[in-house]
Amino acid sequence: MNLTQLGFGKKAVITKINGQLLSLKLFEMGILPGESIELSNVAPFGDPIAINLSEFKVCLRMQDAQFIEIKLVD
Amino acid sequence: MEQKEITVALIGNPNCGKTSLFNALTGLNHKVSNFPGTTVEKKTGSVKLSNKKTAHIIDLPGTYSLYPKSADELVTYDILRNKSENYYPDLVIFIADASNLKRNLLLFTQVADLEVPIILVLNMLDVAERRGIKYDVEKLKEKLKIPIICVNAREKEGIEKIKEVLLDENARVTAQFFSLKNVNAEMLSEIAYINDKRNKYSALQYSINASNLLSEKALKLNAIFEKYAFDRIGFQEEEVLTRYQIIDDAVKYARLKNVSQLKASITSKVDKILTHRYYGIAIFLVLLLMVFQAMFSWSEYPKEWIEYGLKVFTDYIQNTLPPGVLNDLIVHGILAGLTGVLVFLPQIILLFLFIAILEDVGYMARVGFIMDRIMRPFGMNGKSIVPLIGGMACAVPSIMASRSIENKKERLITILVTPLMSCSARLPVYTLLISMLLKDTAKWGPFNVHGLILMLMYLIGFFAAILSAWMFQFFIKQKEKTFFILELPGYKVPLVSNLLITIYEKGSAFVFGAGKIIVAVSVILWVLASTGPHSNIQNIENKYTAIINSDTTSEVVKKELSLQMNAKKLEASYAGEFGKLIEPAIRPLGFDWKIGIALLTSLAAREVFVGTMNTIYSVNDDGDNSFGHIKTKMMAEINPHTGKPSYNTATFLSLLIFYAFALQCMSTVAIVKKETDSVKWPIIQFVYLTALAYGSSFLVYRIFS
Repeated sequence: MNLTQLGFGKKAVITKINGQLLSLKLFEMGILPGESIELSNVAPFGDPIAINLSEFKVCLRMQDAQFIEIKLVD
Repeated sequence: MEQKEITVALIGNPNCGKTSLFNALTGLNHKVSNFPGTTVEKKTGSVKLSNKKTAHIIDLPGTYSLYPKSADELVTYDILRNKSENYYPDLVIFIADASNLKRNLLLFTQVADLEVPIILVLNMLDVAERRGIKYDVEKLKEKLKIPIICVNAREKEGIEKIKEVLLDENARVTAQFFSLKNVNAEMLSEIAYINDKRNKYSALQYSINASNLLSEKALKLNAIFEKYAFDRIGFQEEEVLTRYQIIDDAVKYARLKNVSQLKASITSKVDKILTHRYYGIAIFLVLLLMVFQAMFSWSEYPKEWIEYGLKVFTDYIQNTLPPGVLNDLIVHGILAGLTGVLVFLPQIILLFLFIAILEDVGYMARVGFIMDRIMRPFGMNGKSIVPLIGGMACAVPSIMASRSIENKKERLITILVTPLMSCSARLPVYTLLISMLLKDTAKWGPFNVHGLILMLMYLIGFFAAILSAWMFQFFIKQKEKTFFILELPGYKVPLVSNLLITIYEKGSAFVFGAGKIIVAVSVILWVLASTGPHSNIQNIENKYTAIINSDTTSEVVKKELSLQMNAKKLEASYAGEFGKLIEPAIRPLGFDWKIGIALLTSLAAREVFVGTMNTIYSVNDDGDNSFGHIKTKMMAEINPHTGKPSYNTATFLSLLIFYAFALQCMSTVAIVKKETDSVKWPIIQFVYLTALAYGSSFLVYRIFS
């Protein structure tokens, strides 16, 4: 599943980021495979979304979020 | 010999408290200038370390990595790139947010690998602790092998320790983190050779960045990369991940276990409200309305004090200096021009203050988040909202702020439309014109009508900006892929000292920057308005003086005649001739030659309009430069051809619209030229905005007259 499918209140872990340029940019901002992730907010009109990582919060567009593969954790 | 002065660069991620640390180190002892030959803003401050030694601190824009993705990240990269530049630092202070240490240390290891002496400053340890994160600093030192200082930049704690380390020459050490062992050694030598660099990481990193450019060197570099089949993005990915492994190792080693986590941060709770899916935008609009109401009503008293003070001063000068040309020049030229503008200082300071508060609290990033989807169809992104809102203060720094937009097309569109946002220089013009349209006390429900019209002007500017952006996106080609990834920092209470420093910087830039232009323009204008091409001026004066001085003339007639004389004299002056020359071009907009003069002089800067009107109406007058006075005089002006008032509602509305759209600001033209690195875009922008202003004013004048 990818990040766009993550609902509120669920915890997940990033497994893989597709797209070379996007993944590089996300890595540099500290968004890496293995990081735990949580949906924080959805902007008006449903896009972009804000996500919580363990140490910070970042927002990105749905079109980029679909390249972030995640796995739900309990 | 020991150095007397050292250069220190302050580097860190965005939102790590860098500005607070800079302010704590240097206080008011700093200045904003440009790097030689560029518009890249350079903020430097000095701090005295001992009797003999001073450190010059350069504050650099926050960045995430040394592979710049946006123009502001490029600044930091550029400083560290070239050891022979004279602002290359002797030492780097790397400031890291301890609550987000892992990510912050990525850039740290990159900078350290350039072999520049570096010290690590850990900030926001209190924030980290609240989130249950605590480090053993000794262990971290052991792993990173460089000096580490813990500070609280907001509370100015630990600043003395930084100064001590800056003094200590033995503390200037370098560290190495990432090894290039997996990269072909021959290729590295070749690259280092053509870049004339001793540090291999620096050479490779520079080459990867430079190979994306269109230059002869890029061709050579690309050839080398191809020869060795070197995958640049693959390498960068590997580099970043390897660095994270090294960092993870150090951070895990130094992190203290079993620190109890206090309550979850309030940031998430506040975000649930402020960035709400349905009413987030409404909250934003209400906030803006409040800002404008406050800006209008709070500035009322300070404005009166300034006005009163300047009036007293002007009277004093007028009565103390012997009557004559110098007296005239100072009172009717310089002071008249300055008064017209200084009275708006309170409003401008309030506007900058509100924008600084929204920025410091962390709300501006949220505005980018909630507005991104709305900006997208117009060829911009959420980050464009910061330059656009900043454009309400001043387009020049805002156009520079557009550097944070990575995508070139979105950045260009943002730059092109930012001047349509009503800036603080238009405030004096709007205020003067609105007050001539309506009585000061007019109310509409609980709102001051002036405030509402002012807000309407800002909205007109905003809609013109986004509609123009929508149009521009069809004319500008798009090549690169666009991302919008924006960090939402935790909410903070803004630091009063930071706000005061910001206001001081912006206020003095306005007074001294704009003030210089205004004084110059006022003096030139005064000369042009009091001298003429023919002997007409003297003739008029002689003719009227004879009648006025005759004993048979009554007081009322005398007053009337002297007004007539002044009007005739102005008309016969160079300024009058000049205004008349362009009058045919602006008559369709409802403007006469006097407004024509003001339009021309305000090409330098918009606020000069008010100063110019003041100077025009003050030449040969009683020296009353107050705001109410110029208003009365403009309202009383009679058109000699029609016998009706020269300026009516249609004229004022037409002028309002003209000033809302026209690009009357040479600084903006200059900054656009530099930021777009072209002559084409500022010309297109100037022509487009002038045409828009002319067309709209024409329509407005036709409709309302």
